[in-house]
Amino acid sequence: MSIEEKQNFQTYQDSDSNTEYPEKEKDVSKLIGQYYKSGIPVEVVGTESKRKIGKSLQCGKTLNLSKLNGIVEYLPEELYIKVKACTPIKKIEEELKKNNQHLAFEPIDFGYLFLGKSDSGTAAGQVSCNISGPRRFKTGSIRDHVLGFRGINGRGEIIKSGGTVVKNVTGYDLSKLICGSYGTLVALTEITLKVLPIPEESKSLIVHNLKLELAHDLLNRAISSSNDVSGAVFLPTKPACTSCSMNINETFKLNDLKYQGSLAAIRIEGPKQSVDERIQNLINEFKLENFDVSILGKHQSEIFWNKVKNLEVFTSTKNNIIRIVLPTSNCVQLIYQLPNKFKYYLDWGGALIWMEACELTEEMFDSIRKKIVKSGGYLTMIKNSDFLPFVEEVFTINRERFDISQNIKKSFDPKRILNPGKMYTGI
Amino acid sequence: MPKIDRKLISRKKSIVENLKKIIKAENILDHDDQTRPFETDALTAYKQKPLLVVFPENTIEVSKVLSYCNQERIKVVPRGAGTGLSGGALPLEDSILLCLGKFSKILQIDFKNRCVVAQPGVTNLSITQAVEHKGFYYAPDPSSQIACSIGGNVAENSGGVHSLKYGTTTNNLLGVEVVFMDGTVCRLGGKTYDSEGYDLLGLITGSEGLLCVITEVTVKILKKPQSVKAALIGFPTIEDGGNCVSDIIANGIIPAGMEMMDKALIHATDNFVKAGYPRDAESMLIVELDGTKSEVEELIKRVIKISEKNNSSSVKISKNEKQRLKFWAGRKAAFPACGDMAPDYYCMDGTIPRGKLAQVLREISRLSKKYGLPVANAFHAGDGNLHPLIMYDANEKKSLEKTEKFGSEILKYCVKVGGVLTGEHGVGVEKRELMCEMFNNNDIQQQIKIKKVLDASSLLNPGKVYPILRKCAEEGRMHVHRGKTKFPNIPRF
Repeated sequence: MSIEEKQNFQTYQDSDSNTEYPEKEKDVSKLIGQYYKSGIPVEVVGTESKRKIGKSLQCGKTLNLSKLNGIVEYLPEELYIKVKACTPIKKIEEELKKNNQHLAFEPIDFGYLFLGKSDSGTAAGQVSCNISGPRRFKTGSIRDHVLGFRGINGRGEIIKSGGTVVKNVTGYDLSKLICGSYGTLVALTEITLKVLPIPEESKSLIVHNLKLELAHDLLNRAISSSNDVSGAVFLPTKPACTSCSMNINETFKLNDLKYQGSLAAIRIEGPKQSVDERIQNLINEFKLENFDVSILGKHQSEIFWNKVKNLEVFTSTKNNIIRIVLPTSNCVQLIYQLPNKFKYYLDWGGALIWMEACELTEEMFDSIRKKIVKSGGYLTMIKNSDFLPFVEEVFTINRERFDISQNIKKSFDPKRILNPGKMYTGI
Repeated sequence: MPKIDRKLISRKKSIVENLKKIIKAENILDHDDQTRPFETDALTAYKQKPLLVVFPENTIEVSKVLSYCNQERIKVVPRGAGTGLSGGALPLEDSILLCLGKFSKILQIDFKNRCVVAQPGVTNLSITQAVEHKGFYYAPDPSSQIACSIGGNVAENSGGVHSLKYGTTTNNLLGVEVVFMDGTVCRLGGKTYDSEGYDLLGLITGSEGLLCVITEVTVKILKKPQSVKAALIGFPTIEDGGNCVSDIIANGIIPAGMEMMDKALIHATDNFVKAGYPRDAESMLIVELDGTKSEVEELIKRVIKISEKNNSSSVKISKNEKQRLKFWAGRKAAFPACGDMAPDYYCMDGTIPRGKLAQVLREISRLSKKYGLPVANAFHAGDGNLHPLIMYDANEKKSLEKTEKFGSEILKYCVKVGGVLTGEHGVGVEKRELMCEMFNNNDIQQQIKIKKVLDASSLLNPGKVYPILRKCAEEGRMHVHRGKTKFPNIPRF
């Protein structure tokens, strides 16, 4: 019986008694060791804030790791925090804030999208999905901030890789491989994350009512300047699809936003005097004096970028949400090739498109995928809808990478018991 | 090293004939005189001529060579510029050395997407040189950047002095084209940030030529900061210098570079290049800050204040670019300066938590007395990467053996205090047997299993990184005799 058949077989259907809540690493190891012996597929979850991303699973067992919770070691001057895998992101951020530090990759709170309220999940969830916030192009993604990990492979063995230091070339960098693997290679038990100081000042320069081409050009010229930009987003009002729920003017109701309409926002962070200087540089360099411009101070800037990163513009949507990553030079052309019924916003200066699509069919989704792959990018179905509740391929992959990935999976999890099929059928 | 296949060596002639069907005859070197220059990389303590040296000219040829070798069970050792310090490109007697030297073109400069696409044989520095006319640069700057190749940088995950702020190769790499041992050509990443699915790009970066051969590289480029300044700060004790490093970080400052030297090295380098270092200091910091002009001015002020709190005995700020480079000249001359002080030296490469520096240096000092060998210490304080340089005279009986033991004890101590065996030089053949200090059997077996699924017969760069014997011998360092490194004109820091 194949793993997919086993998942659907009556005996393996999920129930409360089939969920285990181990509290220690060795218990996780013992349980996975047992599943390995019996060949029982297991769904590995934390607090389930991102469980809906990827294919839905029906495994014989569920391994809920939410009790692996707690800060193991935090050394602010060494710039790292070591946590048990399912330590809530909120708890980590609170602890870091006491020392004026943060997770520079800006963990996305998917709670707004899936639940309509905040639920930022756990360290392991963030690492497993590797979906980073607006600062990506400056400070790297989650995978660039994982210094080391401990976890259990599909044979029930405890394995580790990396350490607590940034400069480390001892052995293969398995930490990278674990990031974005959606729990299909190991059940994470401990993670060491790099932390950085919170910038002393943060302000945003907002240019109103720009059209796509101009906005995209401005954002990219800003990133390519020496002003050390740390956020570059464009929130358009068009297309005006009435079936989409994205509404920027409702979401971004901030005192200092002077005008209604599209928003092109550039974030500048650093020492106080330097931030003001760089904002003025941008205004001068790009001759923005004649445009409708607002400047958001620290407090409002923080609210603004939190809303951007947490996808709050889509909070109440019942439509499909798609994440598109592509070379920024191909962004504008691609937007014009998308089907009519959608709304979107650009992050990472146009290298990332968050798209809300309504009345989407699988054929349309496949056709968008083809265009994106042709543009040198990839896309992920982040949220399904009642209209399109299931797609065959949630993620993008080609034949060569699939074959290699299948082999990598085999090396960690030879019987395919850890989250089988979560990313791709057969992996 | 793995057992030598004598039968295969006896088939040399037919192997050459078969390879001539794949690549041009002039790109195959098979005489002893031709292969001798390739018998070692920059870890010159180890030497071995390969069976053959081949220079493929394109990806198809690489694929065909690998596919042929896979079928015929011939070992292959990939080589970039051969500047590696851990013996990663050391040939085996029964191996083909696959040189990427003919892959020397920059294929595309893409300012719109802020990236450069280059062949793997392009040197690190020439990427910056190709984009600096528009004010851009490539951030990772290993000390050998005038000679080391970008493909080699990917294979070793090379760092440099700016790793804390700008990351190492893995953080600045967007995509690669690679060929696996069975000849499969695959593109990983591209011009996008991150890629979906397993991060194979992250896996192959730093895999030391064991998993695939790199045939194309796409790296991101950054705009040069508006202003850069360096401060030279002397301290009366090692502890004060170490505490100042921690304090700078704790105050929320991430310098572009932060280097530390002990008294032995301050004197050695100042004698060598007259950099104006504080000769009375027990330790010295070079703190480099970049950003806008006002930002740099402000941060320099803060750094000085922090250093004063930590009992600094002298402070100098670079007044212009010439002086900034002069500050660095001493640091960059650390290796040759040691070569001037003793007939031979060994360079170690461990990373430690920054806060453990004083403790580790005390231990090194104790070991120095125990072994009766002088040592000078250079430290990439920003990222915790420590390079102790042990000085000795190879002509003295058993001094090499003593030095090896000393070096080994240092690396083990690095691991003991929470650090790692190698920060930027790689494991190669050099630290292979020390891997058990950091990893247990499960950890190593998991890594070997990955190797097995991508190279079933272990033909690609065998004998590197992972211990062959099930015991941990005591070895691991770079050997320089009478200042004669493989590339004496390359700065090492």
